Amino acid sequence: MMSKSWGHVVMAVLVALSLTVPLGLTDAMGAAASHGTVKIATQSPLSGGQSVLGVGIKDGATLGVEQAQAALARAGWRVLVVPFDDQAKPDVGVANAKRIVADREILGVVGHLNSGVAIPSSEVYKDANLVMVSPANTNPKITDRGYKNVNRIVGRDDVQGPVGAQFAKSQGAKSVYIIHDKTAYGQGVAEFFRDDARKLGLTIAGFEGTEEKSSFDAIITPIEAKNPDLIYFGGIYDQAAVFFKQVRERGIKAKFLGPDGMDSPELPKIAGNAVVGMHYTTVAGPAAFYPEAKTFAANFKAKFGRDPEPFAAQAFDSARIIIAAIENVSRRGRPDRASVAAAVRNTKNWKGVTGTISFDGRGDLAKAKYFVINIVSADPAKWGSNKLVRGIDVGPGSR
Amino acid sequence: MTTAVAAIDFELLGRIFPRVLVDGILLGFVYSLIALGYTMVYGVLEFINFAHSEIFMVGAFIGAEVLLILQAARVLAASPPLLSLLASVLAAGVIAGLLAVTIERVAYRPLRGAPRLVPLISAIGVSFFLQDLVRMIWALHRNAFYLTYPPIEVFNQRFPAGAYALWGGAAAVAIAAIGWLMRRAGRGVARARFESLSMLPKYTSIALGIVSVGLLILDPNRVLTVPVKSLVVIGASLLVLSVLVYVVNQTKLGMAIRAVAEDQATASLMGVNVNQIISVTFLIGGLMGGIAGALFGLQFGTVNPYSGFIPGLKAFTAAVLGGIGNIPGAMLGGLVLGVLEALAGSYLSLISGGAFGAEYKDIFAFSVLILILIFRPRGLLGEVVREKL
Repeated sequence: MMSKSWGHVVMAVLVALSLTVPLGLTDAMGAAASHGTVKIATQSPLSGGQSVLGVGIKDGATLGVEQAQAALARAGWRVLVVPFDDQAKPDVGVANAKRIVADREILGVVGHLNSGVAIPSSEVYKDANLVMVSPANTNPKITDRGYKNVNRIVGRDDVQGPVGAQFAKSQGAKSVYIIHDKTAYGQGVAEFFRDDARKLGLTIAGFEGTEEKSSFDAIITPIEAKNPDLIYFGGIYDQAAVFFKQVRERGIKAKFLGPDGMDSPELPKIAGNAVVGMHYTTVAGPAAFYPEAKTFAANFKAKFGRDPEPFAAQAFDSARIIIAAIENVSRRGRPDRASVAAAVRNTKNWKGVTGTISFDGRGDLAKAKYFVINIVSADPAKWGSNKLVRGIDVGPGSR
Repeated sequence: MTTAVAAIDFELLGRIFPRVLVDGILLGFVYSLIALGYTMVYGVLEFINFAHSEIFMVGAFIGAEVLLILQAARVLAASPPLLSLLASVLAAGVIAGLLAVTIERVAYRPLRGAPRLVPLISAIGVSFFLQDLVRMIWALHRNAFYLTYPPIEVFNQRFPAGAYALWGGAAAVAIAAIGWLMRRAGRGVARARFESLSMLPKYTSIALGIVSVGLLILDPNRVLTVPVKSLVVIGASLLVLSVLVYVVNQTKLGMAIRAVAEDQATASLMGVNVNQIISVTFLIGGLMGGIAGALFGLQFGTVNPYSGFIPGLKAFTAAVLGGIGNIPGAMLGGLVLGVLEALAGSYLSLISGGAFGAEYKDIFAFSVLILILIFRPRGLLGEVVREKL
């Protein structure tokens, strides 16, 4: 008797859960206007340890679509954003990608946060000629495959890594110890950093990959013994913060450096004082570094009640580039995916809030920005006041 | 990736050895505490409670939550650090213990007569459920995926290991003296009871003595510094483990637990309330899992809803390594696995010149495990157990 009543409770809970899941989607699909509906999908981690950045991408893109859709709306198109949660996992990203290409109304994707997710997912988009504009992916492989539909509005790790290595040298570091997270992004940028550091004459005291998230003791012990001048972490803040904190607790005084994966107020939130004074390189400066992004930041705050996260401005631009392309194509009739992708690739001198954007033949920025930033405070609320140490504009392959 | 294999720097390997050992023992004690939850439940039910890793994680969250509440109320800095720690660890243990009892009541007891795989699947389900429940609760409560333990300054201070060794040695002598006095006092009516109770200081002082002498031998130059919190973790684990050994081997309750583990039907004929004893077993297992969670959080600083999975898996391995169902075996298994992991993690890349990094530490640790199980299929301390009908 007891077990039966439990069964009913469980059933009721399951039914309730299954009812709540599709609500978000039905809302987005709503009633169609005269011409029909076009949709922009976003893919980024909306849950889990990197959701702060992922939600920023989703919200940035939502704001972008909202502001840019006026012309399309006048022409009778209803424009919707469909957010997907890739959980920062390649398999989830690919599964979402299959759902995205199956929806014929989706004409563009803004995403992803993680290169390791973007690379396999974009294979699915490629087969459907669906355009992807990445607001955050820096791994060279994203565009080096030469796909017509894959673009990014940020720089590349084969420049970002060397920018970091040169900065390390300029800081007087003679030996560096490199840790990475074994993802396409983290390991990739760490290898570029290592190769360039070696060329610059720095000693590579160690190069280690780890998926550990809590106990870094075993990795820290050799670092302590080798006593490097600088520790580079190729990876994302959620793992790096715990690592840096434990390194400092060991009493190791080496300088810290990392790539754009460090760019989140969650870093000091977890690591506290351990990361104050450290530097990171990034391809997406805080909104404050872009003069044109001021209005964007104000609008973002008005709509979502918080300052834009790193990459939100890039997602805002990515969405608007796709909308502009759809608008161009729709003048000639119902927009299809292949012509939207071609129109995006043809973007030249487009004025965005993160700079003037022109894509080269591979979907890279003709000229990308790279920054070195100094973390000034352990207070997550002061993340926006981090200091710009260095800013460089370079194109791909010009190093 | 490395082309030239550098010569192995033996001096370096030797220099970091005490540190590696301390790291390994520390991790080992955490594994031991979790492993006991697996092994005790297996002992009485012959069932692997895969939700135990989430009980550990819940303990870690509760431990952090207590400290965060104390911090928000501005009493954390003002109150004695050991007291806040005690509050955090006890709350974590009690809530995790009650959670374990609830899980048993809701998810396992209705399935007791079912084939063995059924409660196993139920346990895996509970495990997923708890991960996402915790994720949801703390997302709503603090809008956080991670909980970071607020730093307690005293625990982060570091002292030379040699200093600890001297104190540890002194403590060992003192505890041994108490034990001797207890044995003497026990020469009266309640002799048996006192004698059994006096085993506790005896083992504790022996363990402390070994650790202290070991530290002095391993680190003659006194270069190894250890943060206070690591000592707290080791000390708390030792205390919890000795209490457990005492309860299981020397009390009436322990006798009932052992009886149920031996044969449920006969135990119930002898007047043992089997359901109650099973609940108590889950309570004890959960209690230790929760305490381990809070100590783990204190040591490593940050926890997330999925933090339990890997330590849980390792602890389960430790329980099998020691001989599942065997309590001293779980402790030994935890320590062996912890030390193996630390050795592999720190030495693999140094010895192989970077060809095999720390990411291979689990492969090494688990290879050793497989080897041990090939030669001792029932684990290090496992006995040949009669198959139950």
